Amino acid sequence: MSSLFSKENKQALLQPLGFDNPILVQVLGICSALAVTSQVEPSIVMGLSVTVITAFSNVIISLIRNTIPARIRIIIQLVVVAALVTIVSMILKAFAYDVSVSLSVYVGLIITNCILMGRLEAFAMSNGPWASFLDGVGNGVGYAWILIVVGAVRELFGNGTLLGFTVIPQAAYDAGYVNNGMMSMPAMAMIILGCIIWAHRAWSDAK
Amino acid sequence: MKLNTNSNVYTIVYAVIVVVVVAFLLAFVSSSLQERSESNERNDKKKQILASLNIREVEDAKVADIYNEYIVADPIVDNKGVVVKAGADKDKDGFAVALKDINEKTLPVYVAKVNADTLYVFPLSGKGLWGAIWGYIALKSDLRTVYGAYFSHASETAGLGALIKDEPFQKQFEGKTAVSSTLDKVLLRLVKKGTVRDAATECDGISGATLTGNGVDQMFQENLAAYLPYLQSLKK
Repeated sequence: MSSLFSKENKQALLQPLGFDNPILVQVLGICSALAVTSQVEPSIVMGLSVTVITAFSNVIISLIRNTIPARIRIIIQLVVVAALVTIVSMILKAFAYDVSVSLSVYVGLIITNCILMGRLEAFAMSNGPWASFLDGVGNGVGYAWILIVVGAVRELFGNGTLLGFTVIPQAAYDAGYVNNGMMSMPAMAMIILGCIIWAHRAWSDAK
Repeated sequence: MKLNTNSNVYTIVYAVIVVVVVAFLLAFVSSSLQERSESNERNDKKKQILASLNIREVEDAKVADIYNEYIVADPIVDNKGVVVKAGADKDKDGFAVALKDINEKTLPVYVAKVNADTLYVFPLSGKGLWGAIWGYIALKSDLRTVYGAYFSHASETAGLGALIKDEPFQKQFEGKTAVSSTLDKVLLRLVKKGTVRDAATECDGISGATLTGNGVDQMFQENLAAYLPYLQSLKK
């Protein structure tokens, strides 16, 4: 068991959660982070789908990494990712139709998520399948928690709800509190993300 | 012998193999799941039609039975009011027409019986801000008053335009007068929030979702209007 969770493997899993976060440090996957975070629910589902797909495409590419011709490796990576995303969306459509309807656009967006190609190229091409799997899960979760934080802030201040449940009491509205419509716009996601990156830089510099 | 992974032949053969494997894989998954996803789609459509009759939160397993219980027929009519197909099977004629295939010669209608009243459900489809929006609107047997409405969307902004899918937005259409007394004009409007002048025919839009709202309004003006000759022929 010790070799399964060796120091390197643990790092592959845990580094992307904080110190080497794909969104905060590598600034990858920003486009979808801005697009889907106006509410918590789509953020969670998007984070989950990206985690699954990053993990499995990492494993597949890692398994065939020694056979891939160098000149067409990006195309092969893209084919694997696109095939996985398509299969996931077909499985969702057959077994979880409601989820697939609420995800409609987001599933397709995963193909263009830079985190996937980034991890395939930077990690899976030069590491074994198990380490690549952990790296995929780590990066997926690192991406997911940022999405959920941004989604929670935007939904709370934009709609006064979290996961669709009203959080800000009616009394506050009666006293003159108003929902901030700006929060529903992607521009605010950019600003919130900027604040999180700022806090993260201060934290990692201090370490 | 070690393969030269940089040779042209290897690259081409590799690409061909990958493409063929992926193509077969996708085709296999798609065809083995097709039946399931198609039946999901049919159930989902029935759910949406039932939602416009204010029958919501139906369990997946019971959708088909409840649909058969309330829907009497699904005829196809044209924009002259002539019934093209009678739709006695409830889900073979009008039901089989996809929203994107609706045109002036193929207009599906769902006739329902709820509490001994005959209701007419009309499909609507149009454009929102980012993509398609659609819905179903049910009229009472006076052919003028809205019994219920359902809207959905493909990709409207979450928290703004996407709210058309939620019950509170759809509830406000109940009881509105959708059609003029002579059955030759659609009166139902969706106006900018806070500018309702005639509460009998106008509904509040969603602030921040003006373009989605315009799309909903346009569905009334265009899609519902196509059924006016059919409504007139029912009256006679």
